[in-house]
Amino acid sequence: MKYDVVIGLEVHVQIKTESKMFCSCPNRYGEEPNTLTCPVCMGYPGAMPVPNRKAIEKAVIAGLMCGCSISEYSKFDRKSYFYPDMAKNYQISQYDLPFCLEGNIKVEGKGFSGKKIQIKNIGITRIHLEEDAAKSNHYAACSGVDYNKAGIPLLEIVSEPDIASADEAYAYLTNLKEIMQYGNISSCDMEKGQMRCDVNISLKPKGRKEFGTKIELKNMNSFRAVHRAVEYEIDRQAEALDEGVTLRQETRGWNDERGETYLMRSKESAHDYRYFPEPDLMPVVFTKNDIDNFKADIPELPKAKRERFISQFNVTEYDAKVLTAEKAVADYFEKGAEHTKSPKLLANWMITDLLKEISDSGLNINEIRVTPENLAEMIEMINKKTISGKIGKTVLSEMFKTGNKPSVIVKEKGLIQDTDESSIEKYVDKAIEDNPSQAEQYRSGKKNVLQYFVGQVMKQSRGKANPQIAIKLLKEKLG
Amino acid sequence: MSSNITYKSLTQLADLLENKETTSEEICSEYFDRIEKVEPQINAFIKLDTEDITKKAEESDSRRKAGRQLSRYDGIPISIKDIYNVKGQSCNCASKILAPYTAIYDATVIKKIKEKGFIPFGRNNMDEFAMGSSCENSSYQTTSNPWDLRRVPGGSSGGSAAAVSAGEVPASLGTDTGGSVRQPAAFCGIVGLKPSYGKVSRYGIVAFASSLDQAGPLSRNVLDSAVLLDTISGLDKMDTTTVRDKRDDSHESIVRKSNENLDGFKIGVCHKYLEMDGLSESIKENYMYSIEQMRELGAEIIDISFPYTKYAIAAYYIIATAEASANLARFDGIRYGSRIKDYKDLNELYLKTRGRKLGDEVKRRILLGTFVLSSGYYDAYYLRAQKVRTLISDSFRETFQKCDVFLSPTTPTPAFKIGEVSSPVEMYMADVFTNFVNLAGICGINIPSGLTKDDNLPVGLQILGPHLGEDKILKAAKVFEDNREIKEFIPDL
Amino acid sequence: MNKQKKTIDVDYIAGLAKLEIDESKKSRFQEEMQNIVDYVDLLSELNVENIIPTAHAAQMKNVWREDVSENDFSREVMLKNAPELFDEGTIKVPQVLPGEGTA
Ligand SMILES: [Zn+2]
Repeated sequence: MKYDVVIGLEVHVQIKTESKMFCSCPNRYGEEPNTLTCPVCMGYPGAMPVPNRKAIEKAVIAGLMCGCSISEYSKFDRKSYFYPDMAKNYQISQYDLPFCLEGNIKVEGKGFSGKKIQIKNIGITRIHLEEDAAKSNHYAACSGVDYNKAGIPLLEIVSEPDIASADEAYAYLTNLKEIMQYGNISSCDMEKGQMRCDVNISLKPKGRKEFGTKIELKNMNSFRAVHRAVEYEIDRQAEALDEGVTLRQETRGWNDERGETYLMRSKESAHDYRYFPEPDLMPVVFTKNDIDNFKADIPELPKAKRERFISQFNVTEYDAKVLTAEKAVADYFEKGAEHTKSPKLLANWMITDLLKEISDSGLNINEIRVTPENLAEMIEMINKKTISGKIGKTVLSEMFKTGNKPSVIVKEKGLIQDTDESSIEKYVDKAIEDNPSQAEQYRSGKKNVLQYFVGQVMKQSRGKANPQIAIKLLKEKLG
Repeated sequence: MSSNITYKSLTQLADLLENKETTSEEICSEYFDRIEKVEPQINAFIKLDTEDITKKAEESDSRRKAGRQLSRYDGIPISIKDIYNVKGQSCNCASKILAPYTAIYDATVIKKIKEKGFIPFGRNNMDEFAMGSSCENSSYQTTSNPWDLRRVPGGSSGGSAAAVSAGEVPASLGTDTGGSVRQPAAFCGIVGLKPSYGKVSRYGIVAFASSLDQAGPLSRNVLDSAVLLDTISGLDKMDTTTVRDKRDDSHESIVRKSNENLDGFKIGVCHKYLEMDGLSESIKENYMYSIEQMRELGAEIIDISFPYTKYAIAAYYIIATAEASANLARFDGIRYGSRIKDYKDLNELYLKTRGRKLGDEVKRRILLGTFVLSSGYYDAYYLRAQKVRTLISDSFRETFQKCDVFLSPTTPTPAFKIGEVSSPVEMYMADVFTNFVNLAGICGINIPSGLTKDDNLPVGLQILGPHLGEDKILKAAKVFEDNREIKEFIPDL
Repeated sequence: MNKQKKTIDVDYIAGLAKLEIDESKKSRFQEEMQNIVDYVDLLSELNVENIIPTAHAAQMKNVWREDVSENDFSREVMLKNAPELFDEGTIKVPQVLPGEGTA
């Protein structure tokens, strides 16, 4: 292509806290409309904001994890803009003195296309803290406003225009999400609106210094949508430039169904936000010492965690990668590993079975009924040959359904492995008797027919026969 | 009996209650009678729910009977400016845009007075959203000055001042953003106190200019203001701008202990004020008289020049209107209050609701505040005004290194006639001595200091003290009050 | 002292502030506001170089609360002042477009 692509991202992330940013209403998702409200977050006359210390701390930790410098003096400002989702018709935000400035994120891994991207540092211009807006339900002629979400602490993370492709944008978002989850800043569930992304994109002829006309893209509800929207927009703008059309600065929305962007507003209707210092709130001042203390609180980053898993638990590089892709999964694994002598076996079970059950169920790992302790207990049962691996699968899906302990399930369902030679012998005899031709084959040297017999024994014992004993007896009997 | 109650002070009423010489119900019903008699001329109340008040009075009486009174003031009525949220009551700020609106919570100040058993007693008229100096900007009614019904009571807490002055209530709670307690107190011949910024919680008081607003009492005498200040002040976790004021003694006991004289007290005055344009002769004379009084009472008088008086009004109107433009944005007809019916889209709903339901002065100030914050003008106006604010605060800090308190007239003129002042800038000049106090966040009190010879109108003296210097201004005011020529300021009604 | 005159665009400002101004009153508003702005322009006489602006009358810092949640207000109470409601418990407003919101 004959154009350079210049992309900057503005990402909004809801901070995970007990209460909202400026009032004590619970910060929760999915409740009945307007049940999580109070005079403060509904902008009632006379109500005043009181900032949530935890949210401020998490904003600072997020900044440190993104390599930002933390301002010793920060303040909140009012950003004025009439809209029903803003209860006061101004948003408490940060204008010229945000908490975090000038960081960067090292982006690596794969883009959405699956192509491996080159390791690159994407600059972070600033991270500031503000309050989230309300949610609007859209109906034919009207809208309905629900203020449950209004006032949830929200981080705005603004990147430098360092991103040069849709794949890089995707990888940046993936890495940022990983950091936010690892820092316990946010759950980043895009479907719940906990992470949102706006894109600024412009094209310029290759090698030219001056930036082209900046287009803002909104309304993308997944990383995939961001990728698609950027690809679409690159093509659209390149085509326009090819034809000699002058682009105008504007905001465009993304229509995911139609796979295209559409004009939302042009620059002429740009906002005049009338920022000024929030008189209801005092400035936030950190000493160097405060900031050092925050640094000590920074949680382990994914890369460090992967390396530790490999050395501490003897798992493979692949295992470590899968287990650390989400912090909640990594935490689950570590919790389980405390209760078993075979963390590698636990890793295998989590990767091949548990994560599959989870993705089939549409739940996330924090919502499932299988506790890490119970899963570890099951691993120990397999280790001690109380149950076979095959039975393990049955037990796990039962645990998934009921949340019961594996020992309870095994007892109730009679799934304990049979190690009594005399009872297994009966199955062995029956298997040989029923399959004379296969027995003949074995005796004539086709030793792999043994597997067939093992299968028959297991079938008859409904999986309970200890396979090692079955093999030993089969070998003896088949001579 | 009426004469027994009507012009009694809070502490006198408390004594009567304590000695079982009266009951809360009797006090309230005496005030109802008084209101019935004078209110048609004064129009100080927007709303008065006599049934609810009587019920509260009965509850108080039964508490007292059982020896479980909440304080010695339990059962005494206090009228409330229409800007405070009192749960279950309307709170209109004298604006059509907040009609209907019923408060769903108590302001912290209201919670505190209820805890002592004071009974919120009706809603006092005011300039719409506290924007004005005459009460003429109310969208409900025009309040008259009890001293001369053709004149304004001042504003914005004009309804509060008129009600106290007319003997309709013993005291009232107002708010002061640029003089809104002190100026009407001066016009009506009562005491009005503006506490230091942060001394009293603003939670639940509809905000006009957040960095300037303070709640303050209007009362018959200095002691009552001290009692109410003790009641309403204090750190509040709902208002992060409140300050801790560590004290050994209540303001009430400081006032009670105030000696007969001001020996050793240093009082700053500004003789340059006497040369100011627009200062009426009666005010000049009274200022000089008050300075002499203070000197006779033993105070050392120090002349101080204060160079920023005229700039203060400019800085004040920029900062106050800028903050107001954001504070009043929430009145949009979406979540509460009035919503016009004939809108075709969201923008029209906003424009028409706000355009039709807000009064002209409120609109003017919102427009001005929007302008000074708008793109390209912020530095020239808002930022510059904030820097001037620093100069003003610094100069007061210096002033209070030289003196304990500072004296000025409260207003440049006595109460003017209704409809007399029509230009906004001219009206803003009514606050020339009060605006800068809010900019600096210091405390001030109006104490009635005389009556004009020609019109028999009250004139007020303003006593200013440093931030959290309430004890000093209360003491100076109390000694002055005890020794001034006119003992009581009661209008002929 | 540069005393350049600034003219106020009342239509633009009223649009920002969402205030419908009667045509008949517009010129009066324009004139009154112009007078006020001309008056406050007197601040340009003062030298404010290197002066730190004051945003608060009381100087404090780091005033915050701990992250504890409470839910003291029922929906019924929070919505009883609302002019128009939907049965689902949302506040009815004229149509707003998806993605047009503030944050
Ligand atoms: Zn809330």
